[in-house]
Parts: sequence; C-alpha cells; structure tokens
Amino acid sequence: MQAQTRKVILQVDHLKQYFPVKTNSLFKPKNYVKAVDDVSFKLYEGETLSIVGESGCGKSTTGRAILRLDEPTSGKVHYSGKNILELNKRDMRKLRGDLQVIFQDPFASLNPRQTVKQILNEAMAIQEVVPKKERLERLLELLSYVGLPPESLSRYPHEFSGGQRQRIGIARALAVDPRLIICDEAVSALDVSIQAQILNLLKKLQRQFGLTFLFISHDLSVVRHISDRVMVMYLGKVVEIAEKKSLFDQSFHPYTQALLSSIPVPNPKLNRDRVILKGDIPSPIDPPKGCRFHTRCPFVMDRCKTEEPELREVKANHFVSCHLV
Amino acid sequence: MYDSDKPVLEVKGLKTHLTTKNGVSKAVDGIDFSLHKGETLGIVGESGCGKSMTSLSILRLIPSPPGKIVDGSILFKGKNIVEMSEDQLRKIRGNEISMIFQEPMTSLNPVIPVGEQIAEALRLHQKLGKKDAWQNSIEMLKLVGIPSPEKRAKQEPFQLSGGMRQRVMIAMALACRPEVLIADEPTTALDVTIQAQILELIKKLQAKIGMGVIMITHDLGVVAETCDKVAVMYAGNIVEHAPTEQLFSDPKHPYTKGLLNSLPRIYEDQDELATIEGNVPSPYHLPEGCRFASRCAHREAICDRKLPELIEQSDGVKVRCWMYTDQWALHEEKEEVL
Repeated sequence: MQAQTRKVILQVDHLKQYFPVKTNSLFKPKNYVKAVDDVSFKLYEGETLSIVGESGCGKSTTGRAILRLDEPTSGKVHYSGKNILELNKRDMRKLRGDLQVIFQDPFASLNPRQTVKQILNEAMAIQEVVPKKERLERLLELLSYVGLPPESLSRYPHEFSGGQRQRIGIARALAVDPRLIICDEAVSALDVSIQAQILNLLKKLQRQFGLTFLFISHDLSVVRHISDRVMVMYLGKVVEIAEKKSLFDQSFHPYTQALLSSIPVPNPKLNRDRVILKGDIPSPIDPPKGCRFHTRCPFVMDRCKTEEPELREVKANHFVSCHLV
Repeated sequence: MYDSDKPVLEVKGLKTHLTTKNGVSKAVDGIDFSLHKGETLGIVGESGCGKSMTSLSILRLIPSPPGKIVDGSILFKGKNIVEMSEDQLRKIRGNEISMIFQEPMTSLNPVIPVGEQIAEALRLHQKLGKKDAWQNSIEMLKLVGIPSPEKRAKQEPFQLSGGMRQRVMIAMALACRPEVLIADEPTTALDVTIQAQILELIKKLQAKIGMGVIMITHDLGVVAETCDKVAVMYAGNIVEHAPTEQLFSDPKHPYTKGLLNSLPRIYEDQDELATIEGNVPSPYHLPEGCRFASRCAHREAICDRKLPELIEQSDGVKVRCWMYTDQWALHEEKEEVL
C-alpha cells in the first residue's frame, strides 16, 4: 500500500457537527452536543477506510455529515475538486449517484410497500443512469452481482431474511454506479455466518468495480478483516489513524490499546494482558477538558487534563493524538 | 471447575413449542443439560436457534399462549420446575434462580429509584425490614462497582448510563445470593470496553457467591472467555456439547466448525471468510432428518432420513451428527461395495 502515490477521492477538513440541546431557560447559554469536533482525513481511491469507536464517538455522524444527510456545522468535504458542502440541491443530487450508503438495518431503509424491482428502478430513475429499455437487463445483472435469484424482483422486503435484505440494500447502492460507498454498521445486525457472506460479497464487489469504502463499525474483528486503513474515534475526535497492519501490530493511543484488548477473542487458550478501562464514556455535551480520554486513561498526566493533544505522525502514515508519544 | 456433587440444575428432554396461526413452531425441541455450582455453561447459537426460549423456559417465563412447555423436566435441586404452582415459582424466581436480560431499561421499573427496586427483592424474599433492605441494597450497588452508591440508589434508571443500568440489574439479580444466574445476552447492548467490565464483574461475583451461571450469547468470544462448557444450539436442538477448550480446539459438528470458521479474526489476516451457505430452516417446517443437512458439506442420504441423536463420544464431547455414529461407517462401507 503506497498511500502517498494514490489518488485522493475524498478529503475531509476540520469537519464539525454540533447538535443544539434544548435548554429550559431562555437566558441560559445554548448547549451543544459536539458529536464530531474537528475531524480531518483523506480517503484514497479503491481503499477501505474504517472508522471505529464506541457509541457516541461520532463515527456515524461523520458518515452522515459527508453525505449531508445532516447538514454539518462547519468544515470542508472535497470530492473531485469540489467542496460538497457548498453545492446546491441539484448538484448535490447529481453527486449522490457517486456517493452511496448502506445502513445497518436494511428493513428500516427499504420501503415495505415496494417490490425489489420498484426499489431498484427508483434509484436508477432518479439518477438516470440507465435508459428505460435496458433497465430490466440491468436489474437482473445487479441481482446476480449480489447473489439473489431473478425471482426476487417481484417480491417484497419482508419476504427476505436479514442477510438477503442487506443484499438488496447493496444492490440498490450499486444500481447507480457509485464510486464511494459508506457502509454504516452494514453487517452489525447479522448473525456471524451471514455476516461472513456479506463481508465476502463487499470485498468481491470492491475488486470488481474498483469501489472505495468508508466502513463504519464498532466491531474491530470485522474492521481488521475488511480495511486497508483504520481511524479510531473517541468523543468526536480522531485519536489514531493508521494502516491496518500498523494499527493492529502496534497501537500507540491508550484508548486504542484498551479497545483492542477488550474484545472477547474466540480462543480460550489465549492469555492476554487486559487493559480494562474504569468508568463510563463522558457525555459529549460537556466533554472533559484537555485530552478527552483523560478521565479513563490509565496513564494520565497533569498535562493531559489541560492541554489538548494534536494528531501527530509517529510512524510512516501512523497518526496519534496523545501526549505520551 | 467440574464438581462431583449433584448438579444444581438439570434439564431433561425440554420441549417448548409455540402455537400460532401459522402452525406450531418448535422453538426448543428436546434439550438436555446440567449445571453444577460454581460452573458456567454457555449456550450459543444464531438468531432463532431457541437459546433465549430455553432460558425463559427454565423460569417458566414463556408467554402463554402462544408458548407452552410440552415435554421434559427442569430439575432445580431435585424439584421439577415444570410441575410447580405459581406460588412455588414466585419463591424461586429472583431468589434462588435469577436472570439478567439484554436491555436493562426494559426490565427495570422506569419510575422507581433503583435502590428501592433492589430492596424490594430483599424484602420479599429475605423478609428483611425496610431499613435493612435499603442498607443491603446500597451494599449490593457498592459490590457491583457503582461509584457513590448512596446517591445512585435514590436515582431512577434513566439517570444512569447503559453500563450502570446493567450493573444495577446484576445487583438486583444477585441481591438474594441465587444458586443459579441466567444471563441472557447480558453485554450485547453494551460497548466493548463496558462489556469487558461487566463480564469481569460477573466472574468475580460468581467466585464470591459460588453460583452456577448460564451464559446465553451469540458471541463466541464471550463464550471463550467466560464459560467452562458450551452447548451449541441449532434450530431448537443442541448439536454439540463440550468443554470450552475442546469446542474451540477440536470442534466436531459441521455447524460448529462452520460457525468458528466464519468469524473474522482479530489476530490474523484472512483473505476470504469461510461461510455457511444457505439459511436456517423455519421452525414451523423443520426437516425430518438432520436440521443442518441442507447446509452441510458432508450430507448423505441417511442425514435426510432421520434426525441424529446427541451422542457422547470417547472424549466426553456430545455431538448430534451421523458422521460420529456407527451407522456412518456402515454407510460408507456400503458405498464402497457398490
């Protein structure tokens, strides 16, 4: 992986997403949930970058902000030379053909009253990617890509199992010839044997169509399997970003280390030195001053409580935000 | 931690069926296992395999109708739970056998302070006075590692984080020092760093109280880290029952093998994951033969004819598969002759 020589497909700069919180009083200052707080990263063509972290770390919000499913507070998102966040509605709609998303719960994101044919046709009609005459052929082609039988076209989402529904969701994303797909917890709701099928399918499609994935997940084993690079988030901040191998071989941030050692491993003979964190994740409305992880960090120093660490390169392409390194 | 004494809980031939307008769903279809004091049994399987129905059956918490225990016995210290009256059951539930569920918010009363909810169990089962019960409930909160328990005891569930709510559930479940704890996906809704805390807590308290634990989960990682022995369920049956180490080092049933192979590994790179093709059969239309046959690579004629029994092998592992029976050898010889 020579990341430097590869083409940047998407560049995110200082992305912020603050959600206002209701206050009871007119005179109290407004509070904000700083869901994503100054996040920057690049996405290279054809790679899979994963965002991992626990609930409330801002991983899903980042994905949604890039697609402008929620309008971000500030920042820039460059895609093929243009700042997406400044596009008007018409241009944005055009661009959505390039940027697709697959959600966690396929049942909630598929219209229960539409047949698979209608669902896929609608996507193609909006983006006008295929002339009407060729659509049926294209539909059958899409189904074969995701491994569903041709009869599926006339059936409704509820007639399918969870794994099959996720295949429909993938087919819908593919229908408009995207370049980048954001997979938001795309396999989290599936049983392991089905999860493996979908992960293999995603990998195959990526090779076949040269797709770029932004893979959002809380499951580090899945992330290890699918990613080229991994970005770890905690309370709206990036704490570590690196090539997969570098991160899993030697992580520098204490939070990443704790996260890696918390995962239950299906091997009873494995003896590990566990880092079990104390306490809960602090509220993102009032995140801790200084380093946001300092309230749970086993190696906390005085400096961490006041001074916010910057994201620095500690090894080639391995960035960490921690005062320790 | 195998105890030579009699098991505290023994389930024999348990069948729980659900009758709905679509027919009869054989959710639990003939299950046998036993649990000793201080021991942890894991029950694993994918959605719909019957693991949660099994755990609900043990405390007779199956909504009826549609559910009904149609056959089998559940012996708790020799007494059959299946035949108990509601009064007898009430004395056992939450007292001698306790349960923790996946989502604590749905099992805690949202408008009563958590300390009060724990105290209630103590007053009912241990016949403690109001003051003692409250004191004990604060003790329990301290035991499960809730900071400033006196303050937290007066708070209502919505004021606590997910991890803390699960700790309250555990405190409540353990307040009466049960002999059996049933934990149904106790950490599935929690983040991994919190999950690690809760699993360690359950282990620590188990060592202290000496109870038997039934850990119901879909996560083989959780099984590997917490259980002494494991029952793998598939479509209402146990297909393999083995000590944890043996299950992971030498899985026997093709389903167990498939399940282990399909896991993405955190410590190694794999190019492609092994998958189990096909889907689980519907519990309304179970095949006559082996329920895994349609997805099995070793499928033979005999597999479709008859459901194999759960048979103990020479190494103590029990497996429900024709490959591990004498018939299979005969069957293969016959093929050769032909």
